[in-house]
Amino acid sequence: MQGLLAEYLPILLFLGVATAFSLIMIGAAVLVARQNPDPAKLAAYECGFDAFGDSRGQFDVRFYLVAILFIIFDLEVAFLFPWAISLGGIGLFGFWSMMIFLGVLTVGFVYEWKKGALEWE
Amino acid sequence: MILQTITFYLFAAITIAAGFMVIAARNPVHSVLYLILAFFTSAGLFVLIGAEFIAMILVIVYVGAVAVLFLFVVMMLDINFTELRQGFLQYLPIGGLIGLALLIELIMVVGVWQFGPEVAGHAIPQATTNGMTNTEALGNIIYTQYVYAFQAAGVILLIAMIGAIVLTHRTRPGVKKQRISSQVYRDPKTTIEVKKIKPGQGI
Repeated sequence: MQGLLAEYLPILLFLGVATAFSLIMIGAAVLVARQNPDPAKLAAYECGFDAFGDSRGQFDVRFYLVAILFIIFDLEVAFLFPWAISLGGIGLFGFWSMMIFLGVLTVGFVYEWKKGALEWE
Repeated sequence: MILQTITFYLFAAITIAAGFMVIAARNPVHSVLYLILAFFTSAGLFVLIGAEFIAMILVIVYVGAVAVLFLFVVMMLDINFTELRQGFLQYLPIGGLIGLALLIELIMVVGVWQFGPEVAGHAIPQATTNGMTNTEALGNIIYTQYVYAFQAAGVILLIAMIGAIVLTHRTRPGVKKQRISSQVYRDPKTTIEVKKIKPGQGI
């Protein structure tokens, strides 16, 4: 347990250094740089114009479909990692257990392929 | 040990602060970003109790995929979030009251928690047991001891896949696609005809 956390110590240090650096950079910009705010500096530039509407228009639902199909196969792969590590110890039963799991998901994969959910247009 | 405690309190404080900002941020996209921060710090908390695998899966699945999904949902819903948030402070007291009641209930539930007699004798399962890594310890039991839960997870994923396709997929008529196989299998004999034409006559 302690050995495990000792392995993560560099990551913690890295996080600390990254936080310190970003704070130093932003803090230095606030403290040292000359601040002379003016509404004209934030105004739309010569050839630009004010936004007509909200930047968040409605999305096509197809993006959502692609994302959710990605998550499902992401999770499938997540199940594969422990299986690959301990395959030697869990024997044939563990092997076929995973094969059935993959088979069930392959049914879904064939379904979405045939349904044309993977095609964009 | 002291470093571990400090890190725990740091991560826990950031998690709670980020969780609060999820509901308090004005911009819903900022809310999702705070949610991602909360996921990251929760992953740090999981590492602190030795559950490495869960921590990494939290980063991969939740930060990588679920957060993107939330972003899509936030962008897809055409809701004026500032209008929705109008009564936030107005309803804060009653909401806080309900939260307090829930907290008291949770404390009462946890306070009378007792381990069953058949469980009490066993040691609490450790995240890392006798030299194995966390992932290996998980792999040794998921596929054999908990095979039914594992297969149920597969079926749930299948249902999610089919449900997402049924709900959101629609075929668009009139879309012209390139079918490479039919292009390749096209027979020149049936499509091209060579005609002999005498000079100066035309067809």
